[in-house]
Amino acid sequence: MEFAFYSAALIALVATALVVTRRSAAHAALYLVVSLLSVALIFFLVGAPLVAALEIVIYAGAIMVLLVFFIMTLNVSVEARRPESEWLQVRAWLGPALLALLLAAELAYLLWRAPGGMTGGRTIPPQDVSVALFGPYALAVEIASFLLLAGLVGAYRLGSHFISAMQDPAEGEEEGS
Amino acid sequence: MNGVPFEHGLLLAALLFALGLAGTLARRNLVFTLMGIEIMLNAAGLAFVLAGAHWGQPDGQVMFLFILVVAAAEVSVGLALFLGLYRLLRTLDPDRARLMKG
Repeated sequence: MEFAFYSAALIALVATALVVTRRSAAHAALYLVVSLLSVALIFFLVGAPLVAALEIVIYAGAIMVLLVFFIMTLNVSVEARRPESEWLQVRAWLGPALLALLLAAELAYLLWRAPGGMTGGRTIPPQDVSVALFGPYALAVEIASFLLLAGLVGAYRLGSHFISAMQDPAEGEEEGS
Repeated sequence: MNGVPFEHGLLLAALLFALGLAGTLARRNLVFTLMGIEIMLNAAGLAFVLAGAHWGQPDGQVMFLFILVVAAAEVSVGLALFLGLYRLLRTLDPDRARLMKG
């Protein structure tokens, strides 16, 4: 278990350091996904399976897909003007692939090594988290839902220029501020 | 996980936070700035979950869920803002967004 924790921590640190040093935003997004996956593995190791799943589903899934869509929309990559065959060079995807492969090997090692108790300490089941969420934290959950609503409305308002520009190009140009 | 000291987990969270802060401050591209903020939020959530696991309480995971909500709202509004900025300036360099002469 110690080995799994330290190797996942090392992968997280290396991937994060590569995120902030890449020139291309798309490559950085790949490394960020690897970093989030290794943090999810650490969550699983310390006995928090619910947030491990949520880290993968929401962080590495939804939020990163949103970010990658943004990068694709604006073509802000350094290599944006080059043909696609140069994007898929071996050294572009070899680093993320190797780090993800290390994580996969670690997962296989853990599943093979210890069926049953994955953690030495107490695993906090999702039931406990849910009871806490809708017990003492009910007000905070409502506030979080309001925050999400505000984010939705704000994103729609800020993106309404794009929507009107797509529906009616002339009106969109007039409205641009 | 009894063999790993609690401090090592907190050290990892601190290092991740430092890397995210460095990326936010050093990069001149708003996409990287947003990624750095994501890394910092994730590091804070990691510290919360580790502390919750250390004391055997679900409160750390509850706080992580709230951090997740904040990160999702921040990314959606931030990306919409960057889209408008790119439409206006044709760049994502925050140094060139100086229309307010700040």
